[in-house]
Amino acid sequence: MSDEQMKVQIKNLYKIFGSNPKAMVEKVQGGMGKPELLEKHGHVLGLKDINLDIPARKVQVIMGLSGSGKSTLIRHINRLIEPTAGEMIVDGEDVLSMNDNDLREFRRKKASMVFQKFALLPHRTVAENAAYGLTIQNIPTSEAMSRSQKWIDRVGLSGFENHYPAQLSGGMQQRVGLARALATDAEILLMDEAFSALDPLIRTDMQNVMLDLQEELHKTIIFITHDLDEALRIGDNIAILRDGSMVQEGSPQQIVLDPADDYVSDFIKDINRGRVLEVGSVMHAKPPAKGPELEASTVLEEAMQVLVSSKIKEAIVVRDGKKVGGLSMEDCVKAMARTQGRSEGSSAYT
Amino acid sequence: MSFFTEFPVMERESLRDLKKAIDSTFRDFTRENGELIEALFDPLKDFLLWFQKILLATPWPIMILIFCGLAWLGSRSWKMVVGTAIAFLLIGYFDMWEDTMVTTAMVSVATVLCIAIGIPVGVAMARSDRIQAVITPILDIMQTIPSFVYLIPVVMLLGIGKAPALIAVMIYAIPPIVRLTNLGIRLVQADVLEAADSFGASYRQRLFGVQIPLALPNIFAGVNQTIMMALAMVVIAALIGGSGLGTPVLRAVNNQYLALGVFNGMAIVALAIIFDRVSQAYGKRLQKHREGGHGV
Ligand SMILES: Nc1ncnc2c1ncn2[C@@H]1O[C@H](COP(=O)(O)OP(=O)(O)OP(=O)(O)O)[C@@H](O)[C@H]1O
Ligand SMILES: [Mg+2]
Repeated sequence: MSDEQMKVQIKNLYKIFGSNPKAMVEKVQGGMGKPELLEKHGHVLGLKDINLDIPARKVQVIMGLSGSGKSTLIRHINRLIEPTAGEMIVDGEDVLSMNDNDLREFRRKKASMVFQKFALLPHRTVAENAAYGLTIQNIPTSEAMSRSQKWIDRVGLSGFENHYPAQLSGGMQQRVGLARALATDAEILLMDEAFSALDPLIRTDMQNVMLDLQEELHKTIIFITHDLDEALRIGDNIAILRDGSMVQEGSPQQIVLDPADDYVSDFIKDINRGRVLEVGSVMHAKPPAKGPELEASTVLEEAMQVLVSSKIKEAIVVRDGKKVGGLSMEDCVKAMARTQGRSEGSSAYT
Repeated sequence: MSFFTEFPVMERESLRDLKKAIDSTFRDFTRENGELIEALFDPLKDFLLWFQKILLATPWPIMILIFCGLAWLGSRSWKMVVGTAIAFLLIGYFDMWEDTMVTTAMVSVATVLCIAIGIPVGVAMARSDRIQAVITPILDIMQTIPSFVYLIPVVMLLGIGKAPALIAVMIYAIPPIVRLTNLGIRLVQADVLEAADSFGASYRQRLFGVQIPLALPNIFAGVNQTIMMALAMVVIAALIGGSGLGTPVLRAVNNQYLALGVFNGMAIVALAIIFDRVSQAYGKRLQKHREGGHGV
């Protein structure tokens, strides 16, 4: 993809916490790791040489264990955190060179954020919270209210406009958080573990709300999670962080089929591969002459059902109406079997 | 060995000279600038006298209605309103109405000025650790130094009268509102502020839209304490011309009039209870939004 289609470009981004972070960049570039940097120099390595291009109108998931730097990374996009070194380009514009005014304008119009702990204003009602981003832009209250009302309705909170956040359940509070972020019509949505504080049923609920909205709005969403099921469900692309470095980046299919190392393998070891892997990414090249037809985007679980109940044990894989490959039961079984990652053997990655 | 048994004091002569030098310097300063400084505080005195005159000129039934109305607005409790009415009726019946109005004027004006000065100072302290480091020890001194000590320079500069009394009250009463404004703002949760930042809030939008509203319960506790401390200074203020309920108390102390002292003392207590309960109830109502079915 060319640069033009990239909404957010992160280049050689470093973040080091401590009293003299600039001086530490060289040490990190020289290969010093997070524990050593902390022990020898008392600085915390937040992010190390992050390069990531995020395409427009897609959902980019960022994953990693606790402390791997996810929150730090997402806060660089709207510059809530200043990097120690590196570049942050959004829509071709350098966020780091913006002055205070430009930056405020950028945060008001370009990128809005949803927080793990909701971070609603406790002294304002649901309606006022949803309209917050608009009132910050000095839009008159009545207009702000009517514009945000649409989003309150969309996230299913009609009737709760005059409640205070403390009177709502966690799931409902995060709906307010989502409405508040959507109300400014920003093209970029930054979601830092937005659903992590919710229990599983409510979480699935919220994922559905978000996916429905995305189908219609096509925002550029940067979504942080440490839950792989969530990542696979909503991500068009997944980047995996570990101790501040990016260890792998790619489509969900790539990550499940070809984990870069044991850290990533560990992440994906418990998922139901049959429900994630698609026929298109496990087929062999030559389609058979005859057989049942399968869309390339069919998941393996369904494909295997088709193969089992069909007389011919090899299927024709079709993408955009063209025959692109063949799929046998053996392909399926191979793909379903767990791979151990590229670095075979020991799983002592820590 | 006398070094260990007797403290090596400064020579008597030099000590006397030092004190003399300080006194004469300050006296010269007063002589030269006294009038100017007095003129500076004149508007303050005029404002206080104007307010006092209004309280005294308003017929007492109307004043009692106003007090009851304020009690209702603050506390929304009929008990408070009835209690206020009874307290003021008794005060009037025991012939302390005028002194009470004078004291009420003094305490109200002092409180309003403390709020007007104290909240901005508290906001500045919350904004910068350096300002906090400078102001905190000043507040500590203001709160611990015996009030009689700062009465001396105040009286030297301004003489006896309403203005020095008001200033003495304010020096004593302003620290809590400053401290609690600072504390309240510093206690505002970082994640809510981060959310405000992420939507592009300016410094003013942050301050007036998030920090001050969320600090209000603390700020209000500060206002409440400031009122209480202003009332506590009423008797000392009377020493330097504050008049009001403190004057008869002083007279009672000097002449051993038990009843006079107790009656006026009770009037001060009644004022304190009313101010305290009403402002606390109001402070609580400000936090209504914190209550909810799901804790917080
Ligand atoms: N202000 C700070 N000062 C010092 N170290 C920090 C600071 N903020 C973050 N860190 C460190 O940076 C690392 C990354 O933190 P970050 O909050 O980005 O992790 P995370 O991936 O979001 O974790 P979690 O899943 O727990 O939210 C951690 O080691 C953390 O201790
Ligand atoms: Mg985090």
